[in-house]
Amino acid sequence: MLELRNVSYLVDDSDAGSQKEIIKDISLTIEDGFVAITGPNGGGKSTLAKLIAGIITPTGGQILFNGEDITNLSVTERAKKGVTYAFQQPVRFKGLTVKDLLTIAAGKNVSFNEVCGFLSEVGLCAKDYIDREVNASLSGGELKRIEIAMAIARKTPLTLFDEPEAGIDLWSFQNLIHVFENIHNKSGGSIIIISHQERILNIADRIIVLANGEIKDSGTKEEVLPKLLAGAAPSPAIPTDSSLGCPTLLNKMQ
Amino acid sequence: MAELTAIQKTLLENIADLHEVPTGAYNIRSNGGMLGRNTTANIDIVTKSDKPGIDIIIKPGTKNQSVHIPVLITETGIKEMVYNEFFIGEDCDVVIVAGCGIHNGGDQDSEHSGIHTFHVGKNSKVKYVEKHYGTGEGTGERVMNPSTEIYMEEGSHLEMETIQIEGINSTERKTYAKVEDGASIVIKEKIMTHDYQVATTNFKAELVGADSSADIVSRSVAKNHSKQTFKSNIIGSNACKGHSECDAIIMDEAIVEAIPELTAANIDASLIHEAAIGKIAGEQLIKLMTLGLTEEEAEEQIINGFLK
Repeated sequence: MLELRNVSYLVDDSDAGSQKEIIKDISLTIEDGFVAITGPNGGGKSTLAKLIAGIITPTGGQILFNGEDITNLSVTERAKKGVTYAFQQPVRFKGLTVKDLLTIAAGKNVSFNEVCGFLSEVGLCAKDYIDREVNASLSGGELKRIEIAMAIARKTPLTLFDEPEAGIDLWSFQNLIHVFENIHNKSGGSIIIISHQERILNIADRIIVLANGEIKDSGTKEEVLPKLLAGAAPSPAIPTDSSLGCPTLLNKMQ
Repeated sequence: MAELTAIQKTLLENIADLHEVPTGAYNIRSNGGMLGRNTTANIDIVTKSDKPGIDIIIKPGTKNQSVHIPVLITETGIKEMVYNEFFIGEDCDVVIVAGCGIHNGGDQDSEHSGIHTFHVGKNSKVKYVEKHYGTGEGTGERVMNPSTEIYMEEGSHLEMETIQIEGINSTERKTYAKVEDGASIVIKEKIMTHDYQVATTNFKAELVGADSSADIVSRSVAKNHSKQTFKSNIIGSNACKGHSECDAIIMDEAIVEAIPELTAANIDASLIHEAAIGKIAGEQLIKLMTLGLTEEEAEEQIINGFLK
Protein backbone atom coordinates (compact mmCIF):
# COMPACT_ATOMS: atom_id res chain seq x y z
CA MET A 1 0.00 0.00 0.00
CA LEU A 2 1.24 3.44 -0.97
CA GLU A 3 0.34 6.61 0.82
CA LEU A 4 1.13 10.20 -0.14
CA ARG A 5 0.66 12.78 2.61
CA ASN A 6 0.53 16.42 1.51
CA VAL A 7 3.18 15.85 -1.13
CA SER A 8 4.30 18.88 -3.06
CA TYR A 9 7.07 19.53 -5.54
CA LEU A 10 8.37 22.98 -6.30
CA VAL A 11 10.92 23.89 -8.95
CA ASP A 12 12.66 27.14 -9.70
CA ASP A 13 11.27 28.89 -12.73
CA SER A 14 14.27 30.92 -13.81
CA ASP A 15 12.35 32.85 -16.50
CA ALA A 16 9.73 34.08 -14.11
CA GLY A 17 12.25 34.43 -11.31
CA SER A 18 9.87 32.57 -9.02
CA GLN A 19 9.01 29.01 -8.02
CA LYS A 20 6.56 26.80 -9.85
CA GLU A 21 4.51 24.18 -8.09
CA ILE A 22 4.40 21.03 -10.22
CA ILE A 23 2.67 18.94 -7.55
CA LYS A 24 0.41 20.78 -5.14
CA ASP A 25 -0.19 19.27 -1.72
CA ILE A 26 -1.41 15.88 -2.89
CA SER A 27 -2.72 13.36 -0.38
CA LEU A 28 -3.56 9.97 -1.74
CA THR A 29 -3.81 6.36 -0.64
CA ILE A 30 -3.31 3.63 -3.21
CA GLU A 31 -4.59 0.21 -2.21
CA ASP A 32 -3.84 -3.03 -3.97
CA GLY A 33 -5.19 -3.34 -7.48
CA PHE A 34 -5.12 -1.25 -10.66
CA VAL A 35 -4.97 2.48 -10.42
CA ALA A 36 -4.92 4.57 -13.56
CA ILE A 37 -3.67 8.14 -13.49
CA THR A 38 -4.79 10.29 -16.36
CA GLY A 39 -5.01 13.97 -17.20
CA PRO A 40 -3.53 16.51 -19.61
CA ASN A 41 0.14 16.64 -20.53
CA GLY A 42 2.07 18.82 -18.13
CA GLY A 43 -0.44 18.05 -15.38
CA GLY A 44 2.17 16.40 -13.16
CA LYS A 45 1.61 12.68 -13.86
CA SER A 46 5.22 11.72 -14.66
CA THR A 47 6.48 13.98 -11.86
CA LEU A 48 4.26 12.09 -9.44
CA ALA A 49 5.68 8.77 -10.71
CA LYS A 50 9.25 10.05 -10.28
CA LEU A 51 8.44 11.19 -6.73
CA ILE A 52 7.14 7.71 -5.91
CA ALA A 53 10.19 6.00 -7.48
CA GLY A 54 12.56 8.35 -5.67
CA ILE A 55 14.13 9.89 -8.77
CA ILE A 56 13.12 13.25 -7.37
CA THR A 57 12.42 14.13 -3.73
CA PRO A 58 9.31 16.03 -2.69
CA THR A 59 9.83 19.58 -1.44
CA GLY A 60 7.07 18.93 1.09
CA GLY A 61 5.09 16.06 2.53
CA GLN A 62 5.70 12.35 3.07
CA ILE A 63 5.56 9.16 1.05
CA LEU A 64 4.77 5.93 2.89
CA PHE A 65 5.11 2.45 1.47
CA ASN A 66 3.54 -0.36 3.46
CA GLY A 67 3.44 1.95 6.46
CA GLU A 68 7.13 2.90 6.24
CA ASP A 69 8.24 6.45 5.51
CA ILE A 70 10.28 6.23 2.29
CA THR A 71 10.40 9.97 1.55
CA ASN A 72 14.15 10.19 2.01
CA LEU A 73 15.12 6.79 0.65
CA SER A 74 17.17 6.58 -2.54
CA VAL A 75 16.00 5.10 -5.83
CA THR A 76 17.97 1.92 -5.06
CA GLU A 77 16.54 1.55 -1.56
CA ARG A 78 12.99 1.95 -2.84
CA ALA A 79 13.64 -0.52 -5.65
CA LYS A 80 14.85 -3.04 -3.08
CA LYS A 81 11.71 -2.48 -1.02
CA GLY A 82 9.62 -3.38 -4.03
CA VAL A 83 8.99 -0.28 -6.12
CA THR A 84 9.31 -0.72 -9.88
CA TYR A 85 9.11 2.09 -12.40
CA ALA A 86 8.76 1.43 -16.12
CA PHE A 87 9.88 4.60 -17.91
CA GLN A 88 7.84 6.45 -20.47
CA GLN A 89 10.97 6.75 -22.58
CA PRO A 90 13.10 3.63 -22.12
CA VAL A 91 16.86 4.07 -21.91
CA ARG A 92 19.30 2.59 -24.42
CA PHE A 93 22.54 0.93 -23.34
CA LYS A 94 25.47 0.29 -25.65
CA GLY A 95 26.76 -3.16 -24.86
CA LEU A 96 24.13 -4.37 -22.40
CA THR A 97 21.90 -7.06 -23.85
CA VAL A 98 18.24 -7.83 -23.28
CA LYS A 99 19.35 -10.77 -21.17
CA ASP A 100 21.69 -8.59 -19.09
CA LEU A 101 18.88 -6.17 -18.26
CA LEU A 102 16.37 -8.92 -17.49
CA THR A 103 18.95 -10.59 -15.24
CA ILE A 104 19.50 -7.34 -13.33
CA ALA A 105 15.73 -6.82 -13.14
CA ALA A 106 15.11 -10.33 -11.82
CA GLY A 107 17.93 -9.88 -9.30
CA LYS A 108 19.29 -13.34 -10.07
CA ASN A 109 20.58 -15.42 -12.94
CA VAL A 110 17.73 -16.30 -15.21
CA SER A 111 17.45 -19.35 -17.43
CA PHE A 112 16.63 -19.19 -21.11
CA ASN A 113 13.14 -20.45 -20.32
CA GLU A 114 12.54 -17.68 -17.81
CA VAL A 115 13.76 -15.03 -20.25
CA CYS A 116 11.55 -16.61 -22.86
CA GLY A 117 8.61 -16.28 -20.46
CA PHE A 118 9.24 -12.58 -19.77
CA LEU A 119 9.68 -11.76 -23.44
CA SER A 120 6.80 -13.78 -24.81
CA GLU A 121 4.45 -11.92 -22.46
CA VAL A 122 5.31 -8.74 -24.31
CA GLY A 123 5.12 -10.44 -27.69
CA LEU A 124 8.84 -10.80 -28.40
CA CYS A 125 10.52 -14.04 -29.38
CA ALA A 126 13.35 -14.78 -26.97
CA LYS A 127 15.53 -16.37 -29.65
CA ASP A 128 15.54 -13.14 -31.65
CA TYR A 129 16.05 -10.80 -28.73
CA ILE A 130 17.88 -12.43 -25.82
CA ASP A 131 21.36 -11.48 -27.07
CA ARG A 132 20.41 -8.22 -28.74
CA GLU A 133 22.06 -5.13 -27.40
CA VAL A 134 19.61 -2.59 -26.02
CA ASN A 135 21.04 0.08 -28.29
CA ALA A 136 19.97 2.24 -31.18
CA SER A 137 19.31 -0.84 -33.32
CA LEU A 138 16.06 -1.47 -31.44
CA SER A 139 12.92 0.43 -32.40
CA GLY A 140 10.95 2.51 -29.91
CA GLY A 141 8.23 -0.13 -29.75
CA GLU A 142 10.74 -2.93 -29.11
CA LEU A 143 12.37 -0.89 -26.33
CA LYS A 144 9.00 -0.23 -24.77
CA ARG A 145 8.20 -3.94 -24.71
CA ILE A 146 11.58 -4.75 -23.15
CA GLU A 147 10.94 -2.05 -20.54
CA ILE A 148 7.65 -3.78 -19.67
CA ALA A 149 9.36 -7.20 -19.65
CA MET A 150 11.79 -5.86 -17.01
CA ALA A 151 8.84 -4.89 -14.83
CA ILE A 152 7.46 -8.41 -15.27
CA ALA A 153 10.84 -9.88 -14.28
CA ARG A 154 10.95 -7.74 -11.14
CA LYS A 155 7.58 -8.92 -9.84
CA THR A 156 7.34 -6.32 -7.07
CA PRO A 157 4.41 -5.23 -4.87
CA LEU A 158 4.27 -1.82 -6.58
CA THR A 159 4.72 -1.30 -10.30
CA LEU A 160 4.44 2.07 -12.01
CA PHE A 161 3.98 2.20 -15.77
CA ASP A 162 4.39 5.59 -17.40
CA GLU A 163 2.35 5.61 -20.60
CA PRO A 164 3.01 1.96 -21.44
CA GLU A 165 0.84 2.17 -24.54
CA ALA A 166 3.01 4.74 -26.32
CA GLY A 167 4.59 3.08 -29.34
CA ILE A 168 2.69 -0.18 -28.87
CA ASP A 169 0.62 -1.03 -31.91
CA LEU A 170 -3.03 -1.90 -32.05
CA TRP A 171 -2.43 -5.63 -32.43
CA SER A 172 -0.54 -5.89 -29.16
CA PHE A 173 -2.77 -3.56 -27.23
CA GLN A 174 -4.97 -6.35 -25.92
CA ASN A 175 -1.84 -8.26 -24.92
CA LEU A 176 -0.64 -5.26 -22.95
CA ILE A 177 -3.81 -5.41 -20.88
CA HIS A 178 -3.19 -9.12 -20.32
CA VAL A 179 0.32 -8.25 -19.12
CA PHE A 180 -1.09 -5.98 -16.41
CA GLU A 181 -3.60 -8.63 -15.39
CA ASN A 182 -0.88 -11.28 -15.25
CA ILE A 183 1.39 -9.10 -13.12
CA HIS A 184 -1.49 -8.48 -10.78
CA ASN A 185 -2.47 -12.16 -10.60
CA LYS A 186 1.09 -13.26 -9.95
CA SER A 187 2.35 -10.67 -7.51
CA GLY A 188 -0.79 -8.98 -6.20
CA GLY A 189 0.07 -5.51 -4.95
CA SER A 190 -0.57 -2.24 -6.70
CA ILE A 191 -0.18 -1.40 -10.34
CA ILE A 192 -0.23 2.28 -11.19
CA ILE A 193 -0.61 3.05 -14.87
CA ILE A 194 -0.27 6.53 -16.28
CA SER A 195 -2.31 6.51 -19.44
CA HIS A 196 -4.50 8.44 -21.85
CA GLN A 197 -6.06 5.27 -23.21
CA GLU A 198 -9.71 4.59 -22.59
CA ARG A 199 -9.14 0.84 -22.86
CA ILE A 200 -6.55 0.97 -20.09
CA LEU A 201 -8.69 3.25 -17.94
CA ASN A 202 -11.46 0.71 -18.45
CA ILE A 203 -9.61 -2.04 -16.58
CA ALA A 204 -8.70 0.21 -13.64
CA ASP A 205 -10.25 -0.28 -10.24
CA ARG A 206 -9.75 3.40 -9.70
CA ILE A 207 -9.06 6.37 -11.91
CA ILE A 208 -7.28 9.47 -10.70
CA VAL A 209 -7.41 12.60 -12.81
CA LEU A 210 -4.42 14.86 -12.32
CA ALA A 211 -4.29 18.37 -13.77
CA ASN A 212 -2.24 21.41 -12.80
CA GLY A 213 -0.54 19.36 -10.10
CA GLU A 214 -3.77 18.64 -8.30
CA ILE A 215 -6.18 15.73 -8.10
CA LYS A 216 -9.19 16.90 -10.05
CA ASP A 217 -11.18 13.71 -9.73
CA SER A 218 -10.82 10.26 -8.26
CA GLY A 219 -13.12 7.28 -8.15
CA THR A 220 -14.24 4.11 -9.88
CA LYS A 221 -14.31 3.98 -13.65
CA GLU A 222 -18.09 4.16 -13.50
CA GLU A 223 -17.83 7.42 -11.63
CA VAL A 224 -14.93 9.03 -13.50
CA LEU A 225 -15.01 7.76 -17.08
CA PRO A 226 -18.37 9.21 -18.09
CA LYS A 227 -17.24 12.65 -16.95
CA LEU A 228 -13.97 12.31 -18.83
CA LEU A 229 -15.73 11.19 -21.97
CA ALA A 230 -18.20 13.99 -21.72
CA GLY A 231 -15.29 16.37 -21.52
CA ALA A 232 -16.46 17.65 -18.14
CA ALA A 233 -13.15 17.12 -16.44
CA PRO A 234 -10.43 17.79 -16.87
CA SER A 235 -10.48 20.67 -19.25
CA PRO A 236 -9.29 21.46 -21.83
CA ALA A 237 -8.87 18.06 -23.39
CA ILE A 238 -6.89 14.95 -22.73
CA PRO A 239 -4.32 14.93 -25.46
CA THR A 240 -4.16 12.15 -27.93
CA ASP A 241 -1.20 10.20 -29.13
CA SER A 242 -1.62 9.92 -32.85
CA SER A 243 0.90 7.11 -33.07
CA LEU A 244 -1.34 4.74 -31.18
CA GLY A 245 -3.60 3.85 -34.06
CA CYS A 246 -6.51 3.21 -31.74
CA PRO A 247 -9.25 5.36 -30.40
CA THR A 248 -8.28 7.67 -27.59
CA LEU A 249 -10.33 9.77 -25.32
CA LEU A 250 -9.89 12.82 -27.45
CA ASN A 251 -11.29 11.04 -30.48
CA LYS A 252 -14.32 10.15 -28.44
CA MET A 253 -14.69 13.70 -27.36
CA GLN A 254 -14.60 15.18 -30.83
CA MET B 1 58.45 -27.12 -20.96
CA ALA B 2 59.12 -25.66 -17.53
CA GLU B 3 56.30 -25.66 -15.00
CA LEU B 4 54.37 -22.35 -14.94
CA THR B 5 54.41 -20.30 -11.73
CA ALA B 6 51.19 -18.95 -10.22
CA ILE B 7 51.95 -15.42 -11.46
CA GLN B 8 52.65 -16.69 -14.97
CA LYS B 9 49.38 -18.60 -14.92
CA THR B 10 47.43 -15.51 -13.86
CA LEU B 11 49.03 -13.44 -16.61
CA LEU B 12 48.31 -16.15 -19.18
CA GLU B 13 44.69 -16.33 -18.14
CA ASN B 14 44.29 -12.60 -18.45
CA ILE B 15 45.97 -12.12 -21.79
CA ALA B 16 45.10 -15.31 -23.61
CA ASP B 17 42.25 -16.97 -21.66
CA LEU B 18 44.63 -19.88 -21.20
CA HIS B 19 44.54 -21.97 -18.09
CA GLU B 20 47.26 -24.36 -19.13
CA VAL B 21 49.75 -24.69 -21.91
CA PRO B 22 47.82 -24.17 -25.17
CA THR B 23 47.14 -26.84 -27.73
CA GLY B 24 48.44 -26.36 -31.25
CA ALA B 25 51.33 -24.10 -32.11
CA TYR B 26 52.63 -21.74 -29.47
CA ASN B 27 55.61 -19.75 -28.33
CA ILE B 28 55.71 -18.41 -24.80
CA ARG B 29 58.26 -15.72 -24.13
CA SER B 30 59.04 -14.94 -20.53
CA ASN B 31 61.43 -12.33 -19.13
CA GLY B 32 63.22 -12.02 -22.43
CA GLY B 33 63.78 -15.74 -22.98
CA MET B 34 61.83 -18.63 -24.41
CA LEU B 35 59.71 -20.53 -21.93
CA GLY B 36 58.19 -22.98 -24.35
CA ARG B 37 57.43 -23.60 -28.01
CA ASN B 38 55.44 -26.04 -30.05
CA THR B 39 55.16 -26.25 -33.81
CA THR B 40 52.75 -28.27 -35.91
CA ALA B 41 52.83 -29.79 -39.40
CA ASN B 42 51.35 -26.59 -40.82
CA ILE B 43 52.67 -23.93 -38.50
CA ASP B 44 56.36 -23.38 -37.99
CA ILE B 45 57.95 -20.99 -35.49
CA VAL B 46 61.57 -19.97 -36.02
CA THR B 47 63.72 -17.70 -33.86
CA LYS B 48 64.98 -14.70 -35.80
CA SER B 49 68.73 -14.72 -36.28
CA ASP B 50 69.35 -10.98 -36.78
CA LYS B 51 67.21 -9.52 -33.96
CA PRO B 52 65.06 -10.66 -31.05
CA GLY B 53 61.79 -12.21 -32.12
CA ILE B 54 60.30 -15.02 -34.13
CA ASP B 55 58.96 -15.82 -37.58
CA ILE B 56 55.66 -17.64 -37.67
CA ILE B 57 55.16 -19.41 -40.95
CA ILE B 58 51.72 -20.76 -41.78
CA LYS B 59 51.45 -23.07 -44.78
CA PRO B 60 48.92 -22.27 -47.55
CA GLY B 61 45.55 -23.93 -47.00
CA THR B 62 45.89 -24.20 -43.20
CA LYS B 63 42.39 -24.13 -41.76
CA ASN B 64 40.91 -23.98 -38.27
CA GLN B 65 44.24 -23.83 -36.48
CA SER B 66 45.53 -21.45 -33.88
CA VAL B 67 48.84 -19.95 -32.78
CA HIS B 68 49.43 -18.52 -29.32
CA ILE B 69 52.42 -16.26 -28.75
CA PRO B 70 52.02 -14.72 -25.30
CA VAL B 71 54.73 -12.62 -23.67
CA LEU B 72 55.12 -12.62 -19.90
CA ILE B 73 57.24 -10.31 -17.81
CA THR B 74 57.46 -11.06 -14.12
CA GLU B 75 60.85 -9.55 -13.24
CA THR B 76 61.16 -5.88 -12.52
CA GLY B 77 63.35 -3.70 -14.74
CA ILE B 78 63.10 -5.71 -17.95
CA LYS B 79 63.08 -3.69 -21.15
CA GLU B 80 62.74 -5.47 -24.44
CA MET B 81 61.99 -4.88 -28.09
CA VAL B 82 60.70 -7.87 -30.00
CA TYR B 83 60.06 -8.36 -33.71
CA ASN B 84 57.51 -11.01 -34.62
CA GLU B 85 56.67 -11.63 -38.24
CA PHE B 86 53.76 -13.69 -39.51
CA PHE B 87 53.80 -15.22 -42.97
CA ILE B 88 50.32 -16.52 -43.67
CA GLY B 89 49.97 -18.48 -46.89
CA GLU B 90 47.03 -18.38 -49.30
CA ASP B 91 43.58 -19.74 -48.42
CA CYS B 92 44.21 -20.07 -44.70
CA ASP B 93 41.72 -19.66 -41.89
CA VAL B 94 43.58 -19.21 -38.59
CA VAL B 95 43.36 -17.63 -35.18
CA ILE B 96 46.39 -15.86 -33.73
CA VAL B 97 46.46 -14.91 -30.08
CA ALA B 98 49.21 -12.60 -28.89
CA GLY B 99 49.29 -10.38 -25.86
CA CYS B 100 51.55 -9.32 -23.09
CA GLY B 101 51.20 -9.56 -19.35
CA ILE B 102 53.48 -7.67 -17.02
CA HIS B 103 53.69 -8.36 -13.31
CA ASN B 104 55.91 -5.74 -11.80
CA GLY B 105 56.52 -6.29 -8.14
CA GLY B 106 59.61 -4.09 -7.97
CA ASP B 107 60.55 -0.46 -8.22
CA GLN B 108 62.09 -0.45 -11.68
CA ASP B 109 60.13 0.05 -14.89
CA SER B 110 59.23 -2.97 -16.99
CA GLU B 111 58.72 -2.33 -20.65
CA HIS B 112 57.69 -4.46 -23.60
CA SER B 113 57.68 -3.10 -27.12
CA GLY B 114 56.68 -5.40 -29.91
CA ILE B 115 56.55 -4.96 -33.65
CA HIS B 116 54.24 -7.45 -35.27
CA THR B 117 54.20 -7.70 -39.02
CA PHE B 118 51.54 -9.70 -40.84
CA HIS B 119 51.71 -10.83 -44.44
CA VAL B 120 48.24 -12.17 -45.14
CA GLY B 121 48.10 -14.32 -48.27
CA LYS B 122 45.41 -14.25 -50.94
CA ASN B 123 41.90 -15.15 -49.73
CA SER B 124 43.09 -15.99 -46.24
CA LYS B 125 41.07 -15.29 -43.15
CA VAL B 126 42.82 -14.30 -39.94
CA LYS B 127 41.52 -13.48 -36.54
CA TYR B 128 44.14 -11.75 -34.43
CA VAL B 129 43.57 -11.15 -30.72
CA GLU B 130 45.94 -9.08 -28.64
CA LYS B 131 45.37 -8.40 -24.94
CA HIS B 132 47.47 -6.32 -22.62
CA TYR B 133 47.37 -6.60 -18.90
CA GLY B 134 49.45 -5.36 -16.02
CA THR B 135 49.54 -6.19 -12.36
CA GLY B 136 51.90 -6.15 -9.39
CA GLU B 137 52.26 -4.12 -6.26
CA GLY B 138 55.60 -2.54 -7.19
CA THR B 139 56.14 1.13 -7.88
CA GLY B 140 57.86 0.43 -11.21
CA GLU B 141 55.95 1.48 -14.31
CA ARG B 142 54.44 -1.09 -16.66
CA VAL B 143 54.90 0.15 -20.19
CA MET B 144 53.82 -1.43 -23.47
CA ASN B 145 54.24 -0.09 -26.97
CA PRO B 146 52.81 -2.46 -29.54
CA SER B 147 53.20 -1.74 -33.24
CA THR B 148 51.37 -3.75 -35.84
CA GLU B 149 51.88 -3.68 -39.57
CA ILE B 150 49.47 -5.60 -41.74
CA TYR B 151 49.86 -6.27 -45.45
CA MET B 152 46.74 -7.75 -46.91
CA GLU B 153 46.78 -9.46 -50.28
CA GLU B 154 43.80 -9.78 -52.62
CA GLY B 155 40.59 -11.11 -51.12
CA SER B 156 42.03 -11.59 -47.64
CA HIS B 157 40.25 -10.70 -44.43
CA LEU B 158 41.72 -9.86 -41.04
CA GLU B 159 39.89 -9.11 -37.86
CA MET B 160 41.98 -7.64 -35.08
CA GLU B 161 40.81 -7.34 -31.51
CA THR B 162 43.00 -5.31 -29.23
CA ILE B 163 42.15 -5.09 -25.58
CA GLN B 164 43.79 -3.25 -22.71
CA ILE B 165 41.68 -3.29 -19.61
CA GLU B 166 43.92 -2.80 -16.64
CA GLY B 167 47.24 -2.00 -15.17
CA ILE B 168 49.26 -0.51 -18.02
CA ASN B 169 50.74 2.84 -17.02
CA SER B 170 51.70 3.96 -20.45
CA THR B 171 51.02 2.64 -23.90
CA GLU B 172 51.50 3.86 -27.40
CA ARG B 173 49.86 1.68 -29.98
CA LYS B 174 50.54 2.02 -33.68
CA THR B 175 48.66 0.01 -36.24
CA TYR B 176 49.16 0.27 -39.97
CA ALA B 177 47.35 -1.68 -42.67
CA LYS B 178 47.71 -1.76 -46.43
CA VAL B 179 44.69 -3.32 -48.05
CA GLU B 180 44.71 -4.67 -51.62
CA ASP B 181 41.87 -5.57 -54.04
CA GLY B 182 38.82 -7.09 -52.38
CA ALA B 183 40.55 -7.38 -49.01
CA SER B 184 39.03 -6.18 -45.78
CA ILE B 185 40.21 -5.37 -42.29
CA VAL B 186 38.18 -4.94 -39.13
CA ILE B 187 39.85 -3.53 -36.01
CA LYS B 188 38.11 -3.49 -32.67
CA GLU B 189 39.86 -1.72 -29.85
CA LYS B 190 38.85 -1.70 -26.20
CA ILE B 191 40.71 0.36 -23.65
CA MET B 192 40.21 1.27 -20.06
CA THR B 193 42.62 3.56 -18.29
CA HIS B 194 42.66 4.63 -14.68
CA ASP B 195 44.75 6.60 -12.18
CA TYR B 196 47.41 8.54 -14.09
CA GLN B 197 47.70 6.15 -17.04
CA VAL B 198 48.31 7.38 -20.55
CA ALA B 199 47.19 5.55 -23.68
CA THR B 200 47.67 6.67 -27.25
CA THR B 201 46.43 4.76 -30.24
CA ASN B 202 47.20 5.56 -33.79
CA PHE B 203 45.53 3.71 -36.64
CA LYS B 204 46.38 4.18 -40.26
CA ALA B 205 44.76 2.22 -43.05
CA GLU B 206 45.64 2.60 -46.69
CA LEU B 207 42.91 1.28 -48.94
CA VAL B 208 44.82 0.85 -52.16
CA GLY B 209 42.80 -1.96 -53.73
CA ALA B 210 39.47 -1.88 -55.57
CA ASP B 211 36.60 -2.95 -53.28
CA SER B 212 38.86 -2.92 -50.25
CA SER B 213 37.47 -1.93 -46.89
CA ALA B 214 38.48 -0.96 -43.36
CA ASP B 215 36.33 -0.74 -40.27
CA ILE B 216 37.99 0.64 -37.15
CA VAL B 217 35.94 0.75 -33.97
CA SER B 218 37.34 1.95 -30.66
CA ARG B 219 35.46 1.84 -27.39
CA SER B 220 37.15 3.24 -24.34
CA VAL B 221 36.64 4.28 -20.75
CA ALA B 222 38.91 6.84 -19.13
CA LYS B 223 38.78 7.08 -15.34
CA ASN B 224 40.47 9.17 -12.64
CA HIS B 225 43.27 11.33 -14.08
CA SER B 226 44.07 9.14 -17.06
CA LYS B 227 44.52 10.45 -20.57
CA GLN B 228 43.68 8.82 -23.87
CA THR B 229 44.35 9.91 -27.41
CA PHE B 230 42.72 8.27 -30.38
CA LYS B 231 44.05 9.00 -33.82
CA SER B 232 42.84 7.38 -36.98
CA ASN B 233 43.62 7.99 -40.58
CA ILE B 234 41.96 6.17 -43.43
CA ILE B 235 43.28 6.85 -46.87
CA GLY B 236 41.19 5.66 -49.80
CA SER B 237 42.92 5.71 -53.16
CA ASN B 238 40.60 3.32 -54.97
CA ALA B 239 36.92 2.36 -54.95
CA CYS B 240 36.72 1.44 -51.28
CA LYS B 241 34.83 1.76 -48.05
CA GLY B 242 36.33 3.05 -44.83
CA HIS B 243 34.70 3.60 -41.47
CA SER B 244 36.19 4.62 -38.16
CA GLU B 245 34.40 5.12 -34.90
CA CYS B 246 35.63 6.34 -31.54
CA ASP B 247 33.23 6.02 -28.67
CA ALA B 248 34.51 7.01 -25.24
CA ILE B 249 33.12 7.27 -21.74
CA ILE B 250 34.89 9.90 -19.72
CA MET B 251 34.85 9.90 -15.91
CA ASP B 252 36.31 11.89 -13.04
CA GLU B 253 39.17 14.14 -14.20
CA ALA B 254 40.13 12.12 -17.26
CA ILE B 255 40.93 13.53 -20.69
CA VAL B 256 40.04 11.92 -24.01
CA GLU B 257 41.20 13.27 -27.34
CA ALA B 258 39.84 12.01 -30.65
CA ILE B 259 41.62 13.05 -33.81
CA PRO B 260 40.10 11.50 -36.88
CA GLU B 261 41.48 11.93 -40.35
CA LEU B 262 40.07 10.81 -43.66
CA THR B 263 41.72 11.18 -47.02
CA ALA B 264 39.83 10.32 -50.19
CA ALA B 265 41.93 10.20 -53.35
CA ASN B 266 39.40 8.47 -55.58
CA ILE B 267 35.88 9.54 -56.50
CA ASP B 268 34.56 6.12 -55.49
CA ALA B 269 36.16 6.14 -52.07
CA SER B 270 33.49 6.28 -49.39
CA LEU B 271 34.88 7.21 -45.98
CA ILE B 272 33.06 7.87 -42.72
CA HIS B 273 34.20 8.85 -39.26
CA GLU B 274 32.15 8.95 -36.08
CA ALA B 275 33.35 10.13 -32.69
CA ALA B 276 31.48 10.51 -29.44
CA ILE B 277 32.92 11.34 -26.04
CA GLY B 278 30.73 11.76 -23.00
CA LYS B 279 30.03 10.77 -19.47
CA ILE B 280 27.70 7.93 -18.51
CA ALA B 281 24.16 9.18 -19.12
CA GLY B 282 22.34 9.94 -15.86
CA GLU B 283 19.22 8.21 -17.09
CA GLN B 284 21.19 4.97 -17.62
CA LEU B 285 22.31 5.04 -13.99
CA ILE B 286 18.80 5.82 -12.78
CA LYS B 287 17.25 3.04 -14.85
CA LEU B 288 19.59 0.45 -13.34
CA MET B 289 19.02 1.90 -9.87
CA THR B 290 15.25 1.44 -10.30
CA LEU B 291 16.11 -2.22 -10.90
CA GLY B 292 17.79 -2.36 -7.49
CA LEU B 293 21.47 -1.64 -8.24
CA THR B 294 23.44 0.94 -6.29
CA GLU B 295 24.97 3.79 -8.25
CA GLU B 296 28.41 2.09 -8.13
CA GLU B 297 26.99 -1.24 -9.28
CA ALA B 298 25.09 0.50 -12.07
CA GLU B 299 28.27 2.26 -13.21
CA GLU B 300 30.15 -1.05 -13.23
CA GLN B 301 27.45 -2.78 -15.29
CA ILE B 302 27.40 0.05 -17.83
CA ILE B 303 31.20 0.05 -18.22
CA ASN B 304 31.45 -3.75 -18.39
CA GLY B 305 28.72 -3.86 -21.02
CA PHE B 306 30.32 -1.04 -22.99
CA LEU B 307 33.71 -2.78 -23.08
CA LYS B 308 32.37 -6.33 -23.51
